[in-house]
Amino acid sequence: MRAPWTVEPRTERTPITGPIAPLAAVSATVFAGLVLFTLLGVPAGSAFYQLLIAPLSTPFNAGEVLLKATPLLLIAQGLAIGFRAKIWNIGAEGQLILGAIGGSLLPIWFNDSTSPLLLPAMVVMGTCFGMAWAAIAAVLRSRFNANEILVTLMLNSIALQLLYYLVAGPLRDPFGFNFPQSALFPDVALLPTLFPGARVNIGLFVAVAASVMAWAFVERSMTGYRLQVGGVAPEAARYAGFSEKRAVWLSLLIGGAAAGLAGVFEVAGPLGQLQRVVSPGYGFAAIIVAFLGGLNPVGILFAALFMAVIYVGGDIAQASAGVPYAVISILQGVLLVSYIAARLFVDYRVRWRSAPKLSTR
Amino acid sequence: MTTLHETTTNTSAAPPAVPLLELVGVTKTFGAMTANDNIALSIMPGEIHAILGENGAGKSTLMKMIYGVLAPDAGRIRWNGEDVTIRDPAHARRLGIGMVFQHFSLFETLTVAENISLSIDEKPATLAPRIAAIGERFGLPLDPAALVHSLSVGQRQRAEIIRCLLQAPRLIIMDEPTSVLPPSGVAPLFETIRELAAGGCAVLFISHKLEEIRSLCHRATIMRAGKIVGSVDPTAETSESLARLMIGRNVPHPTRRTARPGKDAVLELRDLDHTPNDPFGTRLEKIGLEVRPGEILGIAGVSGNGQREMAALLSGEALLPRAERDRIRIAGVGCGDADAGQRRRMGFAFVPEERNGRGAVPEMSLTLNALLTGHGAGLVRRGFVAQRHARHFAESCISAMNVRCAGPQSEARSLSGGNLQKFIIGREIRLAPKVLVASQPTWGVDVGAAAAIRQELITLRDKGVGILIISEELEELFEVADRLQVLFRGRLSPSLDRAEADTARIGDYMTGGFLSAPSIATAA
Repeated sequence: MRAPWTVEPRTERTPITGPIAPLAAVSATVFAGLVLFTLLGVPAGSAFYQLLIAPLSTPFNAGEVLLKATPLLLIAQGLAIGFRAKIWNIGAEGQLILGAIGGSLLPIWFNDSTSPLLLPAMVVMGTCFGMAWAAIAAVLRSRFNANEILVTLMLNSIALQLLYYLVAGPLRDPFGFNFPQSALFPDVALLPTLFPGARVNIGLFVAVAASVMAWAFVERSMTGYRLQVGGVAPEAARYAGFSEKRAVWLSLLIGGAAAGLAGVFEVAGPLGQLQRVVSPGYGFAAIIVAFLGGLNPVGILFAALFMAVIYVGGDIAQASAGVPYAVISILQGVLLVSYIAARLFVDYRVRWRSAPKLSTR
Repeated sequence: MTTLHETTTNTSAAPPAVPLLELVGVTKTFGAMTANDNIALSIMPGEIHAILGENGAGKSTLMKMIYGVLAPDAGRIRWNGEDVTIRDPAHARRLGIGMVFQHFSLFETLTVAENISLSIDEKPATLAPRIAAIGERFGLPLDPAALVHSLSVGQRQRAEIIRCLLQAPRLIIMDEPTSVLPPSGVAPLFETIRELAAGGCAVLFISHKLEEIRSLCHRATIMRAGKIVGSVDPTAETSESLARLMIGRNVPHPTRRTARPGKDAVLELRDLDHTPNDPFGTRLEKIGLEVRPGEILGIAGVSGNGQREMAALLSGEALLPRAERDRIRIAGVGCGDADAGQRRRMGFAFVPEERNGRGAVPEMSLTLNALLTGHGAGLVRRGFVAQRHARHFAESCISAMNVRCAGPQSEARSLSGGNLQKFIIGREIRLAPKVLVASQPTWGVDVGAAAAIRQELITLRDKGVGILIISEELEELFEVADRLQVLFRGRLSPSLDRAEADTARIGDYMTGGFLSAPSIATAA
C-alpha cells in the first residue's frame, strides 16, 4: 500500500523556477506532437517543420498566428484575473459567443451604415453581452451559492444553441439562400488589418494593451490585491473585510468582458459576418493558456503565442499532410496535462524512501 | 509538590542501566539553516524530560525526527540501546513512541473518532466509547462524533492528547499540552503524566510555562538556535534562571500603572444572543460587556466556550441582522451588521487567533501583508498600491516590534509564529485604533516575544485605547488585564476587578460558578 517514495513541498524557491514548468510542458507537447505525427505517417522532420516552423515561415502564416493569438490573449488575461481569485470561470466560450452575437446586431440592423461610430458601438455591445452572460453565473453564485464552474460550463451549451437559433432565424441573411449565417458586415464594421495580404488586425494591439492593463491591475492595484488575497487565503480576506461577493462579481465580469470583446473581434475581423461557428474553441484553449502562463500577464503573452502556433501548425498539417484536425485538441490536452504534471515537480520534491544517511560518529 | 519529590527520589534511587531513547550527534539542516546541530539526548524509562527553547530553537524539528516525520541528516537514534532508523510515524508508534503535536495533525473533514481510527487500527464506532472514557478519566471532555473543523483550537488539542493516550505508548512527546487546559485541568493532567511515568513510560514535555516544568519534570534540556545549551535539574532552578538559559538574556516583565479609563465605552456588547451557522459552534447568550478607553478587559475561559464565535462577531467576520445592529457598538455607534472593513474604518482593530491564513497571508511578503488591514492608512493612491509607503509601513512594524526577519520582502510563512504575531500586532497598533480586540495574543509564542507583546498592549492602553483580550492563559490576563470576565458555555460572567480576581474565583467562574450565584453588580 505504501509507495516507495514520498512527496514533500519544496522549501526554497529561486527566480528561475517560474518558467520551468511551462517550458517543460511546451517541450513535452512538441515531443508528443512529433510522436503523434510520426504515427500518422508523417516523417519526423516534416512533422516538426509543419508544427513549429511553417506557422512562422511566411508573413501570411505568421499573421495567422498573431490573428489566433489575439482572442487567446484577450480571454486568457481576463480569465487569469478570476483564476487568481479562485473563481473558476470556464464559460469563456459562451461569453465569446454572446460577444459575437452582441457585436453583430448593429452591423446586421444597419447593414448599409457608413458611420465611423459603428465599430466602437459594436465593441461596447459585444463586451456588454459577454459581461451579461457571465453575470448570470455571478448572480447564481453570490445569491444562491451555485457553483460557478457548473453554471458557466452549462451556459456554454446554451450560448451555442442561442447562436444556432439566431443565425437560422432572426439574424439570417434574407438574401443568403437560406444558409445559416448573417449578412456580410459593411466595411465600417470591419477591423483594419495590420498589413496587406494578412488577416491579422488591430485587435492584436487591443489585446496587447489589455495585457498591460492586466499587469497593472494584478501587480499594482488594490482591487487586484483584494482578489488575490481572496484566492490564496479566504479567511484572511474575510478578516480584512474584503467582500467575497465583490470578488465573484469582478472576476466573472472581467472574464466575460474580455471574452465578449474577443467575440466581437472574431465577427468584425476574420469572419465578417455572424456564422454558426465563431470560435474553434478559443474559450477553452484560453484556460490552458492562462495556466501555462502561470496566471501571470507576462507569461500569458508567450503562452498565447505558443497556443496560436499549435492552432496554425495543426491547420497546415491538416492541409498538407492530411493529418486529422483533432490533432490540435490532442496537443492542447497534452499541453495542459504536462503543465499540471510539471507543476507538481516544481512545487514538490519526490524523495525515495530509503534509510537516511547515518554517520558513524 | 510531595509527589514530585517522591518520583524524583524513585528514579534517582534505581537508575535503569539502558536509556529508553538516546540521540547521538543528530543533525538536520534545511537548505542553509541548521535546525538541529549535533544533538545529544538520553531519556530513561519513567523520566519526565523537558525540552525548553524559544520558537525556532529547533525543538519541533528534533521531536519530528524522534517521531519519524523527518529523517536526520547525520547522527544516531537508539531505542532501548539498539540503533534504529525510524522510517515514519507509524513505525514510531509501533516502537511505542506517541506524540501530541503543537500544530495539529487532524483532518478537518473527519470526526474525532475517524481521525483517531486513522492512526489506531480500529473502527470509529468501537473507538468512540473509549475516547469518551479516556476523556472522562483525564478531564478532557470531547464528543467523538464532532467534525474536527467545528472544533476550537483547544478541543483539537484534546483530540490529539486522547489519540496519543489511546495507544498506550512507552514514550510520549507532548508539545505544549497544557496551553489549552483550564487551571483545574492542569493538575489532573500532571497527575496522569506522573502516573504514566511511575508505570515506566517516559515523557518528553515541551512547554514554555516554566513553572510547570519546574513542578513536573525531572530533567530539562535547553535548546537555543538549534544547539543544546544546557541540561539542568529544573527543581533546582528558578523560573528566571531557566528563562535566562533559554533566551540567553534576562526576561523583561511588563511594567504597568493603574488604569485611568475614560468615561464613554468604545466597545459595547448588549444582551447579545447569537446562534452560529456552524451546527457545532457555541451559542452565545446574553453577552454583555463594556470596554472603556484606556483599560484592558480580559475574557478568560477554556477554549470552545464561545471565544471563536464572540471574536467573529466583534471583528465583523460574522454579522448580526440589521435589526440587532445596536447590540454591538463601537464608540457608541451600532455596527452589528457592518462588515470587517467598515468596522476598521470606525477605529476598530483586531488580532485573530490564527496568524497564518487569517491574520496574515502566508504566501505573501510582509509588505503585502501590511496592506491587508493597513490599506486605509495612505498606502493606496488612486486605487494603486503605493509600493514605497507600503514597504515603509511594513518596515516600521518590523522595527517597532523587533520582528526577526530578513526584511519586508520576506514571506509571512518564513517567520516563526511568535515573530509573525509580533508583526500582526505591530500592524494593528500602527493603525492607531480606538479599540483593539486580540484573541489569544501570545498562544504558542515564546517567553521573550510574549513579554514584548504584553508590554505593547499595556503601552497602547496607556495611550487611551480600549483593549479586549480573549485568552486562555490566566497568567497572561493577570499580567495585563484591568478587569476580567469569564466565558463559559456561551455565557459571560460579571466583571471582576483585577484586585478581586484570583485563581480560585476565576477557576470557579470557568466551570460555571457565576450562573447559579446571584449576579454580582458589574464594576462601574
